[in-house]
This record gives sequence, C-alpha cells and structure tokens, in this order.
Amino acid sequence: MDDLKLLVSPSPHVRDTDTTEKIMFAVLIGLLPVVAAAIYFFRWDAVRLLLLSSASAVATEAIWQRLRKKPIRIGDGSALITGVLLGLSVPPTLPSWMVILGSAFAIAIGKQVFGGLGHNPFNPALVGRAFLTASFGRAMTAWTAPFDAVTAATPLAMGAAVSRIPDLFFGSVAGSLGETSALAILLGGIYMFYKGVIDYRIPVGIGATVTVFALLAGEDPIFHLLAGSVLFGAVFMATDMVTSPVTKVGRWIFGVGIGVIIMVIRLWGGYPEGVTFAVLLMNAVTPLLNRWTRPRIYGQGVKVSE
Amino acid sequence: MRRVRAIFGGIHPKEHKTSSNSTPIQALPAPAVVVVPLLQHAGRQAEALVAKGDEVLKGQVIAEADGKISAPVHSPVSGTVTAVEPRTIASGRSVMCVVIENDGQDRWVERKPHPDPVQLDAETIVQAIAEAGIVGMGGAGFPTAPKLTPPKGVIIDYLILNGCECEPYLTADHRLMVEHAEEIILGAKLMAKACGARKILIGVEDNKPDAIAALREKAGSIEVVALPTRYPQGGEKQLIQALTGREVPSRGLPFQAGCVVQNVGTAWAVAKALRDGEPLISRVVTVTGSAIAEPQNFWVPIGTPFKDVIAAAGGFSQTPGKVVAGGPMMGGAQFNLDAPVTKVVSGILAFGVDESKTPDSQPCIKCARCVDVCPANLLPLKLEAYGMNEQFDNAREYGALDCIECGCCTYICPSKRPLLHYIRFAKAEIIARETH
Repeated sequence: MDDLKLLVSPSPHVRDTDTTEKIMFAVLIGLLPVVAAAIYFFRWDAVRLLLLSSASAVATEAIWQRLRKKPIRIGDGSALITGVLLGLSVPPTLPSWMVILGSAFAIAIGKQVFGGLGHNPFNPALVGRAFLTASFGRAMTAWTAPFDAVTAATPLAMGAAVSRIPDLFFGSVAGSLGETSALAILLGGIYMFYKGVIDYRIPVGIGATVTVFALLAGEDPIFHLLAGSVLFGAVFMATDMVTSPVTKVGRWIFGVGIGVIIMVIRLWGGYPEGVTFAVLLMNAVTPLLNRWTRPRIYGQGVKVSE
Repeated sequence: MRRVRAIFGGIHPKEHKTSSNSTPIQALPAPAVVVVPLLQHAGRQAEALVAKGDEVLKGQVIAEADGKISAPVHSPVSGTVTAVEPRTIASGRSVMCVVIENDGQDRWVERKPHPDPVQLDAETIVQAIAEAGIVGMGGAGFPTAPKLTPPKGVIIDYLILNGCECEPYLTADHRLMVEHAEEIILGAKLMAKACGARKILIGVEDNKPDAIAALREKAGSIEVVALPTRYPQGGEKQLIQALTGREVPSRGLPFQAGCVVQNVGTAWAVAKALRDGEPLISRVVTVTGSAIAEPQNFWVPIGTPFKDVIAAAGGFSQTPGKVVAGGPMMGGAQFNLDAPVTKVVSGILAFGVDESKTPDSQPCIKCARCVDVCPANLLPLKLEAYGMNEQFDNAREYGALDCIECGCCTYICPSKRPLLHYIRFAKAEIIARETH
C-alpha cells in the first residue's frame, strides 16, 4: 500500500456525464428534420448548399486553428452546426461560391476572431447570413417555389391574404432552405428541449411577442409566426447558448426583445424580414442582460433578526 | 406535515450508496499506534497536556481547548505517548499530533454517566459538550458548545438535526440513524435544551426510508421530515431553507435565522457524552468506492491511519488512482494513506485509476447549467472568469463570498471546467485583502 501514485486534485471528484460534444450532437440531431424538409422541398440545391456550407465552415475552423497553432477542435461539432445553420438560412438558388464564402466568413469573422468557441458575442451563422445579405442582396432574395425551382415570391412578400396556412406549416412555400417547414422546425425544437440543450423561454418569448404585436397591429398572428424565418430563428438561432443570456429573466427579455425588433422591421422597416438583425441586436445586449438580471443571491436582502 | 421548500439549484448525482448502506457498522479495533491531531475542528488548535513518555488512559484529556472556538482532544486508547509532533492530516494541513502506542488494555479514565441527562440544566449540558471535545461531525467541525450558545437575547426557534447525508457514496449517518436512533433523539433533546430551541426538526432525505422509520419510532413529539433527495440539501443554509423557508443572511450565522443546525453524528456524540460520560474518541466512517474490496461502515477510533481502515475493508480491489477523505463532492484528495481519521472524516473513498482522471477542460459555452444548479443563486461561470482573470472586485460584486463550495457547478459543467477551483481562489484573495 505504500508506493501508490495517488492523484491530488480539488473537489468535486465526480462529474456529470454530459459533455460539450453531446450538446452539439443533440443540436445536430435537432437539425435533422429541418435538413430533411429542406432536401424534400428543394432537392439537389439543398444538398449542394448544405454540403458546401458545412464543409466550408469546418475547413475554415481547421485552417484557422492550424494557422494560429491552436489545438484543432473541429470534432466538437460547433463549426458543423454553424455551417448547417447558415446553409439552411440561404435561398435555394444561391451560387455555390457565395455560400462557401458566407460560411467561411461566419467562422472566421463571426467566431474565430473573438477567440473561438464560447467567445463570440454574435451568432456566427447569422453573422454569415448578414454578410451575404449585405454583399449579395439580390442573390439572397432570389426565391423559388419548392420542387420545381421556378421563381416565386415568399409569403412575407406576398402578404397574409394569399398565403395558405397549411402550406406554411408543412413548408411547401418559397423561402430559405430550412425556414419554410414549421413542422420540421417544431419537431427539432421539441427534441432539443427534451435533451435540455435549449431553454423554452427564448422561443416562447419570441413567439408570444410576435403574436401580441401582430394582434395589436391588426395583422394575422398565425401568418407572422409561420411565414419567414421567425420559427427557425427562434428555435435554432436565438437559442444559441454562447450568445444568449445565462439568466432566466434575461432569457425572457432576450426573447421579447427579438420579437419586438422582428415586428418593427417587418411592419415599418426596409426589409420584408427582420429575424437576422433582431437576433444580432439582442446578442449585442446579452452581456448587459446578464448583468442586469442577476438572480437574488441566497441570503442577500434578508432581514436579520438580531 | 411540514411544508418542505425546494432549495435553489442542486443536483442529483449517482448515489453509489447501496454497497455500504445495508450492513451493520463494524467496530474497528484500535491499531497499535494512533496519531491524534490537536486540530480536528474549526478554530484554534488545542494545547497539548501530555509529552513524550507519558502514560495515558482511554478517554483522558490529552489537549485542552484554546479559547472558546476550540475543542479539547482525548486519547482513544490507553498506552504511552511516543511523540508530540507535527504531522500532515487529511485536510492537507500540518498540525501538531499526539502519537500514542496502544497497550491494548483498553483502560478507561473514570467516566461519570448520568441516568437521565435531560434533567440537567442548559449550562451543565453545554459544559459537558465542551469538555467531551464535541465538534460538528458533518464535515465542517465547528465546535458544538459555542454553536449552542448564541448571543444573549437571540431566540432560537428551531434546533435542526441534519440527517440528509446528501453526498454520494457516504452512508455513515444513514447507518448511525438506523442503529442509534435512540441516542440521536436524546442528543437532540439535550442540545435543544442547551440552546433553548422551541422546536426540534430532523431532516432526512427520502433515499433513507429505514433511517426515517427508525428515528420516527423514537421521536415522540420531534418532527422527522422526509426531504426529496437533492445535493447539497445537507448544507446548513440549504437545510434551513428546506425546512423553514428562512434564509441565513449573507455572510451571517444560522442563529440570525433563529436556527441551530447540528449533524446527527454530533447528536449521537452528545448523548454518549452526557448519558455515558464518554468523550468523542470514535466515529462512524464509510469506506467505499470502486477500488475498495469490501465497502462498509466502521466505528473507527479517532487517530486510526487511513491505511488501517482501508485494510479492514479488505484492502484495494484494484489499483487506486485517488483516495478522498469525506464525500466525493467536498472531500479532500489524499497524497498518501498516513493521515489519521479525525472527528470530521465521514468517509474514505478510493477510486480506480480511470475513474480518478481529471477530464480536460474546454471553452465555456455559456450553457448556464452552473447557474441552474447553484444553491446560492450565483453565476458561477462569471465568478470563474473573474477568478481566472484576477478581477477580484468583480468576483466580490458577483457574490463570490456567498459561495458555499458545494461543487455543483464543476460537477455539472459539460465543458469540464474547474469552476469551483477558481471561485475558491477568488474567495481566498478577497478575504486576504479584507483582513489586510
């Protein structure tokens, strides 16, 4: 018993079995129904864009880490998620080189310049999308109808009057690859909620705010929820752990803020859709929300009975 | 039925209790040599009354308390003092120890039992508890007598006995409650009388139904409350919250919430001291973990080296990678097996080499699980960052000093970050600056 090599380390000495990789994997599984819907509705364009955006994101991450002489951590799955998210948020007709560029931009400028995983203030996929929208406005709004790839207007551009709710729900409308099928998004969202990798407060906060705002503005709330990228943004973009608040109250405010900004842009802004900018703007105030909504610490503000 | 409140946060790690919770506590004979530290408690080290060569009797005072926040130390064996020298104890500190060669005679000092100690007055009870060297046996080791004497004018509504044993692996309190419910109840009554508590509550987690039943059988009018199993409910502040809905003020003491909290093991020791006249010279220790051949509980004489206790449990079943004194959440890792069992060592855990590895830490992804599990309602990820970047003012503003060091944040972190490690660092620096 005397020549043992015992490890001395600080407590605790037991750890939970969950890991960052498992969380990222759960998000990827959650994205599967949406990927499936994208491929079903937009066929080879969806396959092309998703493969290219994913490969570009992962390659950019690996090259960056290699150049910076950091451990290569593409295995954690976070770059793949960014790539898939970006691929799902572009129109089916987008030229290949654009999505490659957008994905590389998302990883390089949206994530790695800040220090990589966990350090980026903005959702990298949305940084990539905003970059593409700003740079290639026409290509990023060249919508086609599902299945036959003929040019078509999106429901948001056409308005509520001519849109059929079942089409919006199942997804057979024009739009970005992953944003048309509410059903697929909800399935993925429920799975991620069940696995504990997203907080319901953010999507519920966004959905409730959009609903109330639409009612007050005299618009159809169901249409506003299902059209465009509200659901996709609420379930997959706004819930990004790295860029959303860590407090419960903060998450409610974050969700409500996104909902308000979406509706302001939709109703009075220059773009038909405002989810990207709504989430990015609220990402920017996340550190402040964390500071302002700290929970009451045990024993603080308690009356002392002397 | 008392309404039980949920504590903030908390976790439910795998319990690992079944390998040691169903067999009776075995008495471990005192080894040939005992090493009795003079600092087994929070507060000041006791002052040695014996020197090398002295003959001592079992139960004899070998060191006296130094001031109010201190406790005397007694010999667990009869025999000869062979050394009074500093040794490293389980906490990692080097403290003065009395080394005694056991003569195997078991010759006791004169004991003064009392047939009905409940008749004694408060002052006498507190005095006897102090003289018996009783300290909090849950792990913190705060001397019991001063805890039972709050400042004048303070009314104690509740004496709370802590039978949660929320740490995984440990079953020492569990077995004690099953086998010695009578002493625990008696100790509770004595302590309630000592501090003038109006009511006694005993909190036990519901993963120990046999302990709850055993206590209830002897409890009389004392309320034994079954609590949902959740770590760290056995933390003093958390137990007060669960049982009374009150909170101990930040950086304050339980009496400010009208409560005194004592461990069930402490209650047992109080009963032994007053009823049988025996000082605190042994305790129950759980020996378990994947590297222990025969996990079980022992009555261990204070001063018994860890290696003797492990040998009694059949030794190691595989090469151990880590040995921990106490529970896996808050216990301290040992660098050898020479440390003696003290009044606060509730368990000796040994884990296999693979299980002992510290996982590599990865970047924080702000998942906020540490926020969800923190029983103090802190933002551990922020405190960790402030500690790491030596931003101690920020750490202080974010409540670092309210951290109870339960380890839930480090436990739950999917990126395997050593959050508590950096929070402890920040706390130590803040306190060092304060006292400067």
